[in-house]
Amino acid sequence: MIAALGRIPAQGGQSPPGLLGYFSAHRTEVLHWLWWHAWLSVLPVLIGLVVSLPLGYLASRRRWAYPALVSVSGLLYTIPSLALFVAMPSILGTKILDPVNVVVALSIYTVALLARVVADGLGAVPEDVAQAATAMGYTPLQRLAKVDLPLAVPVITAGLRVAVVANVSLVAIAATIGVPELGQLFTNGFQLSSTGPYYPPIVLGIVLCVVLALVLDLVIVLVNRALTPWRRTEAHR
Amino acid sequence: MIVFESVTKRYPGGTVAVDHLDLEAPKGRITVLVGPSGCGKTTSLRMVNRMVEPTSGRVLIDGADTAASPPAALRRGIGYVIQHSGLLPHRTVLDNIATVPLLLGTDRRRARSRAMELLERVGLTPALAKRYPAQLSGGQQQRVGVARALAADPPVMLMDEPFSAVDPVVREQLQNEFLRLQEELGKTIVFVTHDIDEAIKLGDRIAVLRVGGRLAQVASPAELLARPVDAFVAAFVGRDRGYRALGFAAVSSLPFEREETVRLGEALATARDRLNGGWVLVVDAEDRPQGWLSEDGARLAAQETVTEDALNLGGTLATEDGSLRELLDAALSSPSGRGVVTDGEGRLLGSISPSTAVRLIEERSSAPAGAPGTGEEA
Repeated sequence: MIAALGRIPAQGGQSPPGLLGYFSAHRTEVLHWLWWHAWLSVLPVLIGLVVSLPLGYLASRRRWAYPALVSVSGLLYTIPSLALFVAMPSILGTKILDPVNVVVALSIYTVALLARVVADGLGAVPEDVAQAATAMGYTPLQRLAKVDLPLAVPVITAGLRVAVVANVSLVAIAATIGVPELGQLFTNGFQLSSTGPYYPPIVLGIVLCVVLALVLDLVIVLVNRALTPWRRTEAHR
Repeated sequence: MIVFESVTKRYPGGTVAVDHLDLEAPKGRITVLVGPSGCGKTTSLRMVNRMVEPTSGRVLIDGADTAASPPAALRRGIGYVIQHSGLLPHRTVLDNIATVPLLLGTDRRRARSRAMELLERVGLTPALAKRYPAQLSGGQQQRVGVARALAADPPVMLMDEPFSAVDPVVREQLQNEFLRLQEELGKTIVFVTHDIDEAIKLGDRIAVLRVGGRLAQVASPAELLARPVDAFVAAFVGRDRGYRALGFAAVSSLPFEREETVRLGEALATARDRLNGGWVLVVDAEDRPQGWLSEDGARLAAQETVTEDALNLGGTLATEDGSLRELLDAALSSPSGRGVVTDGEGRLLGSISPSTAVRLIEERSSAPAGAPGTGEEA
């Protein structure tokens, strides 16, 4: 594919346009897809995080809840994403083309991944720190908000990075059910290849997906750094 | 005052951690809970601030049943220090110290200025205020832990082996400063340790617990050393308790002898003239003992005057108003066989021989019970 990428501009005018040519010809819709792709990747992570916090908290506090959470989330992850997208309308009563289907399905995957991460993060607060916080008079909720959660931030953001990158790739599959996002480029590339291989839309889709994933990942890394100033000092004590 | 009234902690499954504990921790004093592991000392401590709830019995603080107050409110009124400091890793030193005042609703500025005061009070430089706990040494972390426990000025403090995770030199510093602080503050303290030496050094009262959570003996340190109530306590207190008990026997009117001295910088010839039994004591310009010079040392010295590097530093010093233990140790450790006694400022008063020290000990043994040094009951 890289070799093809190099060859395309050389083919010039009479052949179909190369990567950049394809992009400038379809600029508006590609940017529209990129925007939707980003939105469909991020929104489920945010929803998933909000749902995962109470579930993870429960699992870190109740001995029976943790194994249950691990089994259920493992099971959820084995459902093929396409099947989930297709099943959503009958569960939610939405139309088949409604992007809500994708958001809900990906939120489920995110919860499956993050709830366990949150439980692990909250469970990894050092015992003496937890004891001391309780002994100083934090109520259980205050302790969660001001001690346990801040200390679990590095673990949770590590999970968020995996979730957001996984979502970028899962969103692309939703093109097969007609949701507008970068996956459309793969569908187009496939359709345009009926007479002979035509790679520019496919390569463009891959490049934009990778760039999007890297940018979102970087955002999470920066947020993590901003929330955990104490960890930067440990290296040079 | 903290009172345990027939307090029992039985865990599901039948393990009894604390068995009908009756104990009083008097106001303004340090009460030490000591015993082997599994004796329920930490469990007992934690029942005071309801980190552990008693199965039966009551814990009272100044007459009020602790079970009557909500746990979080109760705990904000009780200082708590643990072995590995338990500092919040994501908060600066200053914010760690200010934790309880902030929980109590003190405004941030007042809480921080109070925290700053305490930082200095526990012997730390203000430069550490903005650091995170991971940037401090173990000893510094423990000091911050003590400052944090003191921040809201609670009348009661619970301390769970606070000094046992630091090296022996730092531990001794921390213990001494803790005693100095306590002298100023007069908190009601319950202190848990497995180390009988620490218990004897710090405790006004010592409660020895045995495995299974039963109280074996409560006594002052001196009484515990002199009259252990049974074989378990005797074994726990240790073999050299007779010698250690001398640490609580104060010395009065010492019959010391005059000791010839030579100053640092005086001629070696002068030193040789003043040798007594092969040794002469060397002092500085303020008459503070610096060490002993031997006949050989005086002969082999490189310079013509008395210098520090020719001195034998083997002997310990006893102070005039110190303990018999200090005196006997000074006499036994001195290379010349004469124990050096100084006044409170470290200036030489005279010397004492081991036989005189032993005579003082004998006189003490034959004195009636209740002699000086039996501790807080006096």
